Amino acid sequence: MLQLPLVVTVQVDLVLVLISSLAFLTRLSCLSYPNAVVFDEVYYGQFVSLYMKRIFFIDDSGPPLGHIILALGAYLGGFDGNFVWNRIGAEYPMGMNVWSLRLLPALCGALCVPLGYLLALELKFSHVSALGAAVLLLLENSLIVQSRFLLLESVLIFFVLLALLSYLRFQNSTSSSWSRYGWLLLCGVSCAAAVGVKYMGLVSYLLLLGVASVDTWNVIGDRAASHLSVCVQCFCRFMCLLVVPALLYIFWFYIHLSVLNHSGPHDQLMSSAFQASLKGGLSRITKGQPLEVAFGSQVTLRSSASHPVPCWLHSHKANYPVRYENGRGSSHQQQVTCYPFKDVNNWWIIKDPNRQDLVVDTPPKPVHHGDVIQLVHGMTSRFLNSHDVAAPMSPHAQEVSGYIDFNVSMPAQNLWRVDITNREAKSEVWKTIVSDVRLVHVNTSAVLKLSGVSLPEWGFRQLEVVAEKAFKVHSSSLGWTVEEHRYGTSQEQKDREVELHSPTHIDVDRKISFWAKFVELQWKMLTLKQEESEHKYSSSPVEWITMKTNIAYWLHTSTNAQIHLIGNLVSWGVAHLSMLAYQLLAVIYLLRRRRGFKDISDGAWEQFVRLGCVCVGSWLVNFVPFLLMEKTIFLYHYLPALCYLHLLTPTLLEHVHTHLLSSPTHRRLLHVCVIGVLLYVFLCFWTFCPLTYGTPELSASQLQRLKWRDSWDILYRRQ
Amino acid sequence: MDKADCPSQNKTKDFSTLRNRKICASKAQQSSFSLVSKHKNVQPAEMLKDGTQLPSPPGHEPRNKTLLILVVVLSFSTRFYKLAEPPHVCWDETHFGKMGSYYINRTFFFDVHPPLGKMLIGFAGFMTGYDGTFPFIKPGDKYEEHNYLGMRGFCAALGSCLPIFAYLIVLELSQAQSAALITASLLIFDTGCITISQYILLDPILMFFIMAAVLSMIKFNQQRYRPFTAPWWMWLVLCGANLSGAVGVKFVGLFIIVLVGLNTISDLWVLLGDLNLSLVDLLKHFLARVAGLILLPLFLYVTIFAVHFVVLNKSGPGDGFFSSAFQSRLIGNNLHNVSMPESESRTPVLVRHGDIIRLEHKETTRNLHAHRQEAPLTKKHFQVTGYGINGTGDSNDLWRVEVCGGQRGDLVKVLRSKVRFLHKATGCVLYSSGKTLPKWGWEQVEVTCSPYLKESPSSQWNIEDHFHPELPNISLSVLKPNFLEILLESHIVMIKGNSGLKPKDNEMNSKPWHWPINYQGLRFSGVNETEYRVYLLGNPVVWWINLASLGLYVIMVAVASIAIKRGLPLNQSRLEHSRLLKRGGGLLLLGWLLHYLPFHAMGRVLYYHHYFPAMLFSSMLTGVTLDIVLKNSDLLLHSIYSDRLKVGGWLLLQLSILYSFYLFHPLSYGMTGPLAHEPGSAMAGLKWMDSWDF
Repeated sequence: MLQLPLVVTVQVDLVLVLISSLAFLTRLSCLSYPNAVVFDEVYYGQFVSLYMKRIFFIDDSGPPLGHIILALGAYLGGFDGNFVWNRIGAEYPMGMNVWSLRLLPALCGALCVPLGYLLALELKFSHVSALGAAVLLLLENSLIVQSRFLLLESVLIFFVLLALLSYLRFQNSTSSSWSRYGWLLLCGVSCAAAVGVKYMGLVSYLLLLGVASVDTWNVIGDRAASHLSVCVQCFCRFMCLLVVPALLYIFWFYIHLSVLNHSGPHDQLMSSAFQASLKGGLSRITKGQPLEVAFGSQVTLRSSASHPVPCWLHSHKANYPVRYENGRGSSHQQQVTCYPFKDVNNWWIIKDPNRQDLVVDTPPKPVHHGDVIQLVHGMTSRFLNSHDVAAPMSPHAQEVSGYIDFNVSMPAQNLWRVDITNREAKSEVWKTIVSDVRLVHVNTSAVLKLSGVSLPEWGFRQLEVVAEKAFKVHSSSLGWTVEEHRYGTSQEQKDREVELHSPTHIDVDRKISFWAKFVELQWKMLTLKQEESEHKYSSSPVEWITMKTNIAYWLHTSTNAQIHLIGNLVSWGVAHLSMLAYQLLAVIYLLRRRRGFKDISDGAWEQFVRLGCVCVGSWLVNFVPFLLMEKTIFLYHYLPALCYLHLLTPTLLEHVHTHLLSSPTHRRLLHVCVIGVLLYVFLCFWTFCPLTYGTPELSASQLQRLKWRDSWDILYRRQ
Repeated sequence: MDKADCPSQNKTKDFSTLRNRKICASKAQQSSFSLVSKHKNVQPAEMLKDGTQLPSPPGHEPRNKTLLILVVVLSFSTRFYKLAEPPHVCWDETHFGKMGSYYINRTFFFDVHPPLGKMLIGFAGFMTGYDGTFPFIKPGDKYEEHNYLGMRGFCAALGSCLPIFAYLIVLELSQAQSAALITASLLIFDTGCITISQYILLDPILMFFIMAAVLSMIKFNQQRYRPFTAPWWMWLVLCGANLSGAVGVKFVGLFIIVLVGLNTISDLWVLLGDLNLSLVDLLKHFLARVAGLILLPLFLYVTIFAVHFVVLNKSGPGDGFFSSAFQSRLIGNNLHNVSMPESESRTPVLVRHGDIIRLEHKETTRNLHAHRQEAPLTKKHFQVTGYGINGTGDSNDLWRVEVCGGQRGDLVKVLRSKVRFLHKATGCVLYSSGKTLPKWGWEQVEVTCSPYLKESPSSQWNIEDHFHPELPNISLSVLKPNFLEILLESHIVMIKGNSGLKPKDNEMNSKPWHWPINYQGLRFSGVNETEYRVYLLGNPVVWWINLASLGLYVIMVAVASIAIKRGLPLNQSRLEHSRLLKRGGGLLLLGWLLHYLPFHAMGRVLYYHHYFPAMLFSSMLTGVTLDIVLKNSDLLLHSIYSDRLKVGGWLLLQLSILYSFYLFHPLSYGMTGPLAHEPGSAMAGLKWMDSWDF
């Protein structure tokens, strides 16, 4: 039976609606201005383009979710990826939908404001404090600037705040209903998203885990609950906060790798197997190669080390100089090097030591782990040789040469044992691309190794290859993989040279599992070292607190219109003051409570502690790691930490208001102060709006007046 | 004033040498103070429980002096056995023996570690008749007639104290001789501890101070019910003295300072919660600790440096690491007691802040020149070259001098002013990038012109040598730095040197995760079969027991904590055990963490022997943990069998340690003949891991 009247009761927090719409207004208005590349858009833009073209790339600055989100915006706007992101300030072409490119970061940035509001409420502070927090976030120029472009900070902040909010929701909902686990799940998801956007998200995640484990510990201590229910609760938390984020994190990579399936500029950094799984590039060459390496195979051997550059075992018609510059002697035999380019001189033929011919039998006789082989250089027919002569650049290791008999009682030592390091069975067959092989010199048991040092002029600056007795170290510089491979058919040297020049053929398909690709990519991203770079606007973490340096994001090509990353100096200062005040207050409270003086009730104390854990704790974990980093870092790295301080300011004031100020005059004085500061914050915001939005254009003297700090770099165009 | 040092008269030009003033002060802040106290927040309820229990420290077993004597005898005999072998320089003896000699010869040198360790080595050598003449050039050099045994004996004596201290610490913490004996035998029969104690190294000295500090800290903790008595003061002062000793040997000693600091904070926190104590009492407690654990160590530490600088007053190999002002105080250095022109007269035109100058290289008469071409190594900077000849050149040779922190018109002063050179044409600043040029540049350091104008020590220069005929000379003695400046400078140089120890390409670098699993040792002496080989490697049985106990400890604490938190009924002895696990074990675990984790964050080159202080803590933890495991065997078995299991398990443990020592003792006491993987070797079958190479 339908019950009448049918009533819908809706509660709308008008303040929240108002503050959200203001946030959308400040973050989303005129989003497509300036119609030019702004600051790091030049960096992220190229990855978006690669996404649109589904070309594989590695970005070591963070996991792929951030790029995926940016690319999603571009995809929705119909961006085709055809834009050269080469310099800041380059104009976008007419048809490009700049608005959609920048939409998602801006949305995330706008949503941070209501999230801050809700977070203050979840910390059990009043709506007035929540409004204060939201206003501070709303009027923070630096957050606005960072949200309005193709950048990732606002996305990171959004997910981190969402994770905190949903965790507090979960923790605060007293009902034991299962619906509250929805919040916990949301928390896990947003943690995974935060970590997926930038590694910096990890610190917030760890902090949240810390808070959650303290809460879980209290759950365990609840002796009223049965053992079973405690177990179930712990299990749920474990699943939602650990397992789900881990799985999702891997899922981001799954999306990343399944979208990017074409070969591209960073292929060379990856292993041959990985490269072969990408369309185009190596797979075009290797497609259809025979899988099993046999005696008589013609192969190119790629070093498993991608450091300093990926390269192939190489030899050429040039000998080691009789004497090196420092007077040491060499064997004067043919040079063997590692060469970072494809070349016909990279081809080697695998020969059975007991037989003369260099062709593959029918059926082919595959090479197994432990077999002894000789390697013949395809173009010069020299045997790969090593002996007790010091290598040119690394004198502690043995020289490797193409053997030439000078009749100086230096016999050939050209037998090598195949040692497949990633074998699964005891006598595994040497496989193209898949097998990682060490070549162990039979006479000296030294291992063929890429030393990574460049040879001088006489060696054409190619990389040195040595043999070293270092069987105990696990190093990728000892490993080699067969990349290109064909079964040799020509008996004569002439024919063989022709054969070596022709491309490989025949057909087989090879797959590498997602898991292997994920592990390799993640490892490469973490270990890839970028050259240390200086930047004009880089800054040290200590300077962030006083905002000593700004960052010029964009300057109009002909006028003085410009965009800078400059925060709201007033709220910035207030935020840091309140952080100090909190710590001071906390120390006083702690000491006095320990001595038995309870200044505030236990409930208020708990609220105060939780505020500290969330705000000051988050500030610490988002700030301190930068002090230890040796990377080039910028002011925008500080923004996540700053958000928490903006949350702290009003809530701390409320605490002071309710618990510490008793007389009405003091309270009234505080009200006046707060209103004054808020006005001043707004004034500061308004003054710097031209530098935040890049419009209107200011005259040189107006700009001069905005230079509140001498260390700021504001640009003027000479008229 | 020395005439010979005056400038030659025929030169009219003013020339100077420039010295880069880069000081890596930022690195100094990296040490790890961001540790979380594990001992905070002792619940008041727990406090009360303690208070009622502990006024008389519980003595479960009578102290057995014979056991202690046994430990002492075994410890000394294992360390002093074959001390003279091999009679040649082993591994880092080449450094520390050499530095000991420097003290005897009073030659100034530079090392990345503070001086106490080397001073003691030098002193021991001096007392035992070593005359400081052996050059210690490279490992393998024969000592011949030089008396090296005194220095080795000194280190071995300090190294022999480690098992004894460990025994006493565990005894004090757990009040159980069985636990203390486990720890003692783990350390006595560990080949690694023996090897590292037998040579002229800093590690035995460092570990001696670390262990002594821990012991006195724990003794001090035990005195907490008798504050301000003589023993209380004694242990406090001893603890402070040992702290300064530890940090005076190596900066690794900072970790033990952190441990003692955390312990003291938790101690004070407990006292603060004791409402019977008045604020005045609290203040007394606080000030006593400040005096004993901060001021006293600081004073001793500074004294060590004072002795160091007083003893080493002759110029030596370390001069170049220090500033010009510093060098002027060393006898034999060419900056010692010299004088230089100083700009006080009015006749010549003096260089001032803001002046445009050209710098001509004296030997080649080329001008310092920069242009918009990328520098050889730092691609974002401009190249700096020598250009023109005999005074010709172009506008790219012009530089503007600026005194750092000065204003237009300020004089540029010798040694005292830091100056920057701004290139007039491009606006860049003369910069030393700190990168070494390849062979073609004789591996000298690259100089560039940086377009990034931010103040940085890399772009600051000072004028070191200065000759001018028309300017009156002033003596450099006015520049002689005072002691505090010397102290500060030597620390900056040490820290810079420490972080500059980057792994070389072909050096085997050891990773911190290798250490607890005993993955790879260090060759102390000898490589091939004909040589006398000593290989620093922990007794694998001992190390793996330690590793397993760490895991066991974590599990046991977790189980015990949850059981107590859930309110499961436990009898008195189990409660006692879990408290011991959490308190004593927690302290030791914290010690292990503090001496192990920071290495993961270090950029400098690391070696296997860095783990040994952590290993001591780990072994003590093992003693405590395994003893409690054995004592709680009645959880598994009926009490009749469990008693036998307890005794049997303990004996089995001791026997396996002893037997493994018998197997692996050649690692420390020397091996000759074929290597382990070859037939006929004495160590055949003992190469349990491929990565060990002995």
